[in-house]
Amino acid sequence: MPGALDILSWACLLAGSFFALVSSLAMLRLPDFYSRVHGASISDTMGAGLILLGLVFQAGLSLVTVKLGLVLMFLVITGPTSSHTLAKAAYRLGLDPQLRSKEENASSQN
Amino acid sequence: MFAAPMIAILVSMAMLLVRAVKGPTVFDRILSVNSFGTKTVLLIAVLGFLTGRPAFLDLALVYALMNFISTIAVLKFTRFGSLAGKRLRPTEPQAADS
Amino acid sequence: MKAAFNLLVALFGMWLLWSGHYTPLLVSIGLVSCLGVVLLCQRMGIVDREALPLDLTWRTLRYIPWLALEVVKSNLDLARRVLSPRMPISPQLIELQATQKTDLGLVTLANSITLTPSTVTIEATSDGRLVVHALASDIAEDLLKGEMDRRVTRVEGSVAGTMENTA
Repeated sequence: MPGALDILSWACLLAGSFFALVSSLAMLRLPDFYSRVHGASISDTMGAGLILLGLVFQAGLSLVTVKLGLVLMFLVITGPTSSHTLAKAAYRLGLDPQLRSKEENASSQN
Repeated sequence: MFAAPMIAILVSMAMLLVRAVKGPTVFDRILSVNSFGTKTVLLIAVLGFLTGRPAFLDLALVYALMNFISTIAVLKFTRFGSLAGKRLRPTEPQAADS
Repeated sequence: MKAAFNLLVALFGMWLLWSGHYTPLLVSIGLVSCLGVVLLCQRMGIVDREALPLDLTWRTLRYIPWLALEVVKSNLDLARRVLSPRMPISPQLIELQATQKTDLGLVTLANSITLTPSTVTIEATSDGRLVVHALASDIAEDLLKGEMDRRVTRVEGSVAGTMENTA
């Protein structure tokens, strides 16, 4: 019988995998570059956070946990920095964001 | 049992590759590759637990840092020329650039 | 000089944590490589108090869980939007006037906004003007209410004292 910690760990891992998939789906579905940045940040925060948390529950209290925490910290710090730099570079180089409302155009598209 | 997250991560990586190939702008490609790198970090971490070698985490950390640096490097490159895809009209370079 | 020494201690501590080998030869090699990195950083002129921001105060520690909760909430919201077949999004650019006085506070706010999915800071100037891309109008309205801005300013207030000391 798996212990409570195991179940918690698997729940975190599966939820993290789900968010990783949602993030990729968002990258495919969203209409323009600026909205895709939002999609990418799902996996940077929720996907990575939940998967690494699940691994923490597997590892228990040890040096491995500290290392997992450091990996998560680096991901959380570098993720927004690189997406901000990307968005800023795109904005400076004149890539215009698509600002039309999907709700308004839904009737004409379908 | 670690196979389930690994499969999910691999599938999402494949989807990111589709976005990286489709473009349409170079920024979409950089974004996909950056996200791909994040997924690789997670994949390495899970793989380390799957094979019972948590030392893989060191590789994951190095990969996370390298991924960040490569994104910044590619972005710097795009300031001076286009890598692929739709070429964008460059604006006036601004003096006090942070 | 003090900053360089702090950097050396932090780097060496990190090295000890990651290596796991504690024979005299390897530890001395690690120490030498940490010294090399510090010298390199000094030549590049990037050793200042920002190299090692140790301004963790009680308020910072309280801000992090709040931010994590916000991130989780907006993640769930974004996942719902992406998965619903009609994708109810209406991307828009908004301008925000931040109330932080220091660069560190401004960067904290900009990074917090970017870290939260469905809002990305596109541009930030040092006089506190932020250009933010938000995925939907209700998200933009939420941001314009300025809850995050207020919290970051409060954190900044608690850190400001230590900042003037070392500047």
